[in-house]
Amino acid sequence: MSDAIAFLEPRANVMARRSIIIEDLADMLPPECLVHEARELVPFETDAFVAYRRLPLAVVLPKTTAQVSAVLKYCNRYGIPVVPRGAGTSLCGGAIPQEDAVVIGLSRLSRILEIDTFNRTAKVQAGVTNLAISDAVSPEGFFYAPDPSSQLACTIGGNIGMNSGGAHCLKYGVTTNNLLGVTMVLVDGTIVELGGKHLDAGGYDLLGLICGSEGQLGIVTEATVRLIAKPEGARPVLFGFETSEEAGACVTDVIGSGIIPVAIEFMDKPAIEICEAFAKAGYPLDVGALLIVEVEGSEAEMDAMLALIVEIARRHGVKTVRECQSATEAALIWKGRKSAFGATGRIADYICMDGTVPLSQLSHVLKRTGEIVEGFGLRVANVFHAGDGNMHPLILFNANDPDEAARAEAAGNEILKLCVDAGGCLTGEHGVGIEKRDLMRHQFSKADLDQQMAVRSAFDAQWLMNPSKVFPLDGRPETRAFSA
Amino acid sequence: MQTNFTEAQLTDPHVAASEKILRRCVHCGFCTATCPTYVTLGNELDSPRGRIYLIKDMLENDRPADREVVTHIDRCLSCLACTTTCPSGVDYMHLIDHARAHIENTYQRPLMDRLIRGVLVAVLPHPQRFRLALSLARLARPLAPVLSRVTALKPLAAMLELAPQSLAPVAKAVTVPVEKPVRGRVAILAGCAQPVLDPGINAATERLLSRLGVEIVVPKGEGCCGALVHHMGREAAALDFARANVDAWTREIEAGGLDAILITASGCGTTIKDYGHMLRLDPAYAEKAARVSALAKDVTEYLALLDLPRLAPQNLTVAYHSACSMQHGQKITLQPKLLLKAAGFAVKDPAEGHLCCGSAGTYNILQPEISAELKARKVKNIEATRADLIATGNIGCITQIATVANMPILHTVELLDWAYGGPKPAKLSGVAKA
Repeated sequence: MSDAIAFLEPRANVMARRSIIIEDLADMLPPECLVHEARELVPFETDAFVAYRRLPLAVVLPKTTAQVSAVLKYCNRYGIPVVPRGAGTSLCGGAIPQEDAVVIGLSRLSRILEIDTFNRTAKVQAGVTNLAISDAVSPEGFFYAPDPSSQLACTIGGNIGMNSGGAHCLKYGVTTNNLLGVTMVLVDGTIVELGGKHLDAGGYDLLGLICGSEGQLGIVTEATVRLIAKPEGARPVLFGFETSEEAGACVTDVIGSGIIPVAIEFMDKPAIEICEAFAKAGYPLDVGALLIVEVEGSEAEMDAMLALIVEIARRHGVKTVRECQSATEAALIWKGRKSAFGATGRIADYICMDGTVPLSQLSHVLKRTGEIVEGFGLRVANVFHAGDGNMHPLILFNANDPDEAARAEAAGNEILKLCVDAGGCLTGEHGVGIEKRDLMRHQFSKADLDQQMAVRSAFDAQWLMNPSKVFPLDGRPETRAFSA
Repeated sequence: MQTNFTEAQLTDPHVAASEKILRRCVHCGFCTATCPTYVTLGNELDSPRGRIYLIKDMLENDRPADREVVTHIDRCLSCLACTTTCPSGVDYMHLIDHARAHIENTYQRPLMDRLIRGVLVAVLPHPQRFRLALSLARLARPLAPVLSRVTALKPLAAMLELAPQSLAPVAKAVTVPVEKPVRGRVAILAGCAQPVLDPGINAATERLLSRLGVEIVVPKGEGCCGALVHHMGREAAALDFARANVDAWTREIEAGGLDAILITASGCGTTIKDYGHMLRLDPAYAEKAARVSALAKDVTEYLALLDLPRLAPQNLTVAYHSACSMQHGQKITLQPKLLLKAAGFAVKDPAEGHLCCGSAGTYNILQPEISAELKARKVKNIEATRADLIATGNIGCITQIATVANMPILHTVELLDWAYGGPKPAKLSGVAKA
């Protein structure tokens, strides 16, 4: 296991009261909503950032907002850290617990509460998966736009925590642009409602603040999201290039010329091979880099936009252009892309970066990324949301080799710094979690971080919520204990 | 993901194989989304990723199985939906097989659990005993509501409720003359529970194949495929069943040659296709078993190769229920539906088709509560298609779904036999053929 990133020392007074805490939680919840046996805690020790692991003190799986509130109120009163968890698909360790923490898992809050096609909204519980929303409204001709690659499994609560994006966010925006309202439990158990069924909640943009707050400002238990009418048609088109640099320059030019397709996804050769092995989507294997460009609308609209994109691609030496011929083929193209991270497990362990850069920097950052990883004696596969400039280099390594694991982490840090130095930022959609926490100083000055931490303290004075994440461990403000 | 085994541990070939499987998992969590028990219970511990982690922890620490681990492994249906979903290709089936064998070898179950499992193992794989047991079950059926009130006795109640109200008579060996020229020579697995519960399935298969010019042989000495005991972790017993079948089919292969070994219950098919793996460490059988596995085919896989003529559409809509062992275990998804369509049926796919109906071998007896929830969900989705009837390829699903569905459920091959000139299945007496 890696240990380059530290967690907070467990609070001795909490650890000493473990059995009392468990008894108290058992009094608060039905038996099937509490996990505390040593064996049963082990599977909760990590998420999809599996290099780091910490056993929690206990796990609760509440079925109602009232139960979430009761647990938070109790933990706040006794100074017990809490770590919220959706489906545990975080790539930055956002849901990894710590020894003195109670994990609040939202997986049992999995009901779709209301579908209002007239107002184009859906109200769902936080544990509903991202894809389940689109599946539920699809017969009515709608979908929920943000589509993280893990959308099959990840929950809307987790999406809000990380302000998740996805392939189709180029046109429709990320979670924060599609969230209308939440029911949220504050650290002291207070249940608040923010926003509603309409755009632009009154007062300060608290929804904007909550979205991407990584479970540190409160726990969202219900969300109202925007639904979007499905387009008349949608067509993913494959553009194969000789080199990654050519493909990157093509993306820069497409966006630069004012064209916004629904999605522009990038895969380099290793990524193409990995995805093709799993999905058999018919990706060209004889190219150095591939763009999946999706256009949508009427046939005429799609043709017109495609003609413009093809013309730009030709200027960048595109080798193959393949329009998909059927809905089945389109589904396979997206299945391959969205399974890229998991499918990488077929050939190696990996860590996935999430830096975002200005589009003009794409080619440069891609080239430097390759050099950095090679400098650490490792391999890299690139598969990412190119239209958003949201890079996802997958650094391949052998997790059973501690030296390789350390080099992979070091290479990752270099890449993220590169993204910041290129005018971008550490995270486009995965969040900071523990993975990028210690790099926050590379992006922000002390004054910036102090301001952000002041906001956090305003919501959670004791810093109980997901406490080891986001902000570097030293330089945090003094926390004050709860006083009733 | 990272694993932590010593060199000494890895000298055990079973541990070494499991270690390889674990190394493939990247802990992405995709599998949780399509796992019927996670969807039902909402607990990571009852998801594939959670179970993989429990098994990893148990094996790495060389620990005997304990109550907590057994609870969550027992709740796995072995439906293998996770293996269809898994992008990195984790071989969950062989990992959970290993875990089940480890449990059987290192854990003592509570008395009642042991007794019920003992009865299932002693009865189900043996058609005569099973037939007798079903007759007794009909007499005892009124006791089911009483038994279901006691937790430890719930499996008994489930057993009684699953027993059909009436049993078909023992199938008479009917020889159907094979149309000339002969297009192939196949063995059909007679099976154990299926001929007792529904002898019409293999009869339909034999009629259809004979009309199509396929010669059918019934090898002596063949019996239960072993899936039943295999899924209970009784490895030695499972391998004995496997060896007996490998012997029977090998004699036939060497005598007259076989083009295929046909299986009409997809649950059995998944296991027979795995004989090569199950017997890989047995030098006397490894090669023969691999040959048998390579010849094993679901009946619809074989029929799809025969170019059946396309028939005029008929006014009947079939909801096709893909058994987990069919779609996830054997990855057969298209052939049964294409055959039904070619035979003139309109075919509908129920929503959430990837989710198990809760039958899963003896799961509906051993885990009656989760099974009942899955059954209700499945039947609701099937009924929403407003089809006239249900087709599927596994006797377990047929028995499970028939207890509550308000439309007839048949094996795909029964419908094909009817469409291509066979008699109308008795179950369809109330359904008109337009």
